Amino acid sequence: MSRRYDSRTTIFSPEGRLYQVEYAMEAIGNAGSAIGILSKDGVVLVGEKKVTSKLLQTSTSTEKMYKIDDHVACAVAGIMSDANILINTARVQAQRYTYAYQEPMPVEQLVQSLCDTKQGYTQFGGLRPFGVSFLFAGWDKNYGFQLYMSDPSGNYGGWKAAAIGANNQAAQSILKQDYKDDISREEAVQLALKVLSKTMDSTSLTSDKLELAEVFLMPSGKVKYQVCSPEALSKLLVKHGVTQPAAETS
Amino acid sequence: MECVFGLVGDGFAILVADTSAVHSILVHKSNEDKIMVLDSHKLIAASGEPGDRVQFTEFIQKNVSLYQFRNGIPLTTAAAANFTRGELATALRKSPYMVNILLAGYDKETGPSLYYIDYIATLHKVDKAAFGYGSYFSLSMMDRHFHSGMSVEEAVDLVDKCILEIRSRLVVAPPNFVIKIVDKDGAREYAWRESVKDTPVSSA
Repeated sequence: MSRRYDSRTTIFSPEGRLYQVEYAMEAIGNAGSAIGILSKDGVVLVGEKKVTSKLLQTSTSTEKMYKIDDHVACAVAGIMSDANILINTARVQAQRYTYAYQEPMPVEQLVQSLCDTKQGYTQFGGLRPFGVSFLFAGWDKNYGFQLYMSDPSGNYGGWKAAAIGANNQAAQSILKQDYKDDISREEAVQLALKVLSKTMDSTSLTSDKLELAEVFLMPSGKVKYQVCSPEALSKLLVKHGVTQPAAETS
Repeated sequence: MECVFGLVGDGFAILVADTSAVHSILVHKSNEDKIMVLDSHKLIAASGEPGDRVQFTEFIQKNVSLYQFRNGIPLTTAAAANFTRGELATALRKSPYMVNILLAGYDKETGPSLYYIDYIATLHKVDKAAFGYGSYFSLSMMDRHFHSGMSVEEAVDLVDKCILEIRSRLVVAPPNFVIKIVDKDGAREYAWRESVKDTPVSSA
């Protein structure tokens, strides 16, 4: 009987559910996953690339990680075309804030403004919600390093470690077990790779299926967003023993 | 005529304004407070068209507190100054506010600061500044006697020198002044310098 209620995003079912929003979250459950981990000296984002074809030529080095502003980056899981719209509005918001106040936008405000947009599509008629979850990693002078996770309903929260996309519940529970407070950025990278190696469908983890990005402070005090190169990522995978180099090279 | 000035000392900023409400050649009252407490650690002193002055400073004050309610963190003094400048700049090409502003504040990271914003939306971060006819005297006084890292006593002494100079040299000198200070403990009224008292009005 849910048919009567699930075609409209804005109407509650008799059980008090919004089916379109739930379906949107379902869509994300099939997308490539992403993991974010907060450490004491930075935030780490790792994403699983769904390689569609050998012939596909990607224009950018990353397909899941986006820099929003100098001090904020995000990882995406879900429908990329929807994500592009939201990323654009996030970038506009960040620049508008800088225009008004001449200082970088606090991370939570940026996340909140984006989630307000997402929420609007669960309430105002005729349109479907955004099928995207985000992990936001950033730094600001008020709260230091921060990690936020948001979903299609427009909910968001601050996390020490979070996972979105395929197998996010399994990843989340491993993170819950293995996360320790005050880990370093390097340990966070190791943990993220380990979790992803366990939750990803593919048997061996290789650099062409992964993306790694970090947000940290340089000695000068400036915030740096750095994407790990495939070569460096391969070395990391071997170093942390989450890949099978022998099987790969033979 | 109007005298608004201020300076930055060691760990604090001080703002001074005359308190005369004048229209044409008439003084309507001499206890008009032209320095508004923007939030817990910010002061905004304004000179210019009286209606615009009140309207604009209240507008800024309400926006600053709206920001605080929405985001749970206060604006920095620099951000508030840039916001104020932006509002003046957008108004400038529509219906300009005829107000000149001195914005003083204290932030944990940056300490005390003073911003000069005029009605054509110029913004400067300064150590000492003045607006109005009084500025001819207070600026030269401050040029002569200001040095960085002044104590509160030294700064108030300099302020009194400026007021004395205005009162003795300016034809249209206002009688009364209010002095406000902002430091790590917050923004507050420091003292008044009054040479005439308003006669109390008997109730109607």
